[in-house]
Amino acid sequence: MKERSIQIESKTEELIAVRDFVSHAAQEFGFSDEDVSKIALAVDEACTNVIKHAYSYDATKNLKISIRGAKNSFEVTIHDNGRIFDPNGVKRPDMKEYLSHFRKGGLGVYLMKSLMDKVEYNIRPGSPNQVKLTKYLPSQN
Amino acid sequence: MSEFNISQRETKDVNVLEIKGYLDAHTAPKLEDAFQGLLKSSKYKIVVNCKDLSYISSAGLGVFMAFVEDVRKNKGDIKLSNMSPKVFNIFDLLGFPLLYDILADESEAINRFLDSKPIIPGNAKK
Repeated sequence: MKERSIQIESKTEELIAVRDFVSHAAQEFGFSDEDVSKIALAVDEACTNVIKHAYSYDATKNLKISIRGAKNSFEVTIHDNGRIFDPNGVKRPDMKEYLSHFRKGGLGVYLMKSLMDKVEYNIRPGSPNQVKLTKYLPSQN
Repeated sequence: MSEFNISQRETKDVNVLEIKGYLDAHTAPKLEDAFQGLLKSSKYKIVVNCKDLSYISSAGLGVFMAFVEDVRKNKGDIKLSNMSPKVFNIFDLLGFPLLYDILADESEAINRFLDSKPIIPGNAKK
């Protein structure tokens, strides 16, 4: 699949366009409807995190979402130039414990990790932040 | 067409919110406003009918988390009904059925309030 990308302004109105862009590509790559929905949701969560935390809803900033498909691997990378946020430091919560305290934030990172096969953060001072979400196409046999 | 809509009605002292469309970080404040409005008028028996909910992200799930404690402190509850399997899977992934009553049908959810049984989370639909 040819690499493709879109750029959006850092505002939540744009999430619907991101989901459409990603769903279309995932479908074309051969994922089932269920997996297409999972990928779109994971990317929505990653972009929401950037808009909210890295850019604090500053609509003058931009995010780039690029998609690369190679063999059975479908990779979506979200690039931003905002504040550094390293969710690698966020431990996978014990959901039972978490829910019993009625906490409302932090569900996004957990969802991303549950819905995708790999979530990688590339954070280097002086370069754009990147989060790469990978899902593998199930084998056909 | 708007991407997310809420319509509200009262049936037998229970307030039903019918939510429709895409519930994400952009539209979640609409649902927040609806809950805030109910709490302000001391309405604590709430059923959220998700029949036409096509999509939910963590921002939407967070709204339920934000209000359920206050609602229960006031002897009410937020019950959910009519979820599509796709939406239910997301709630399930996060363990919400442990905390919320999720019923197959709206009338079933309303009847839970009328039966005045104690709130026992975990009666999830399969």
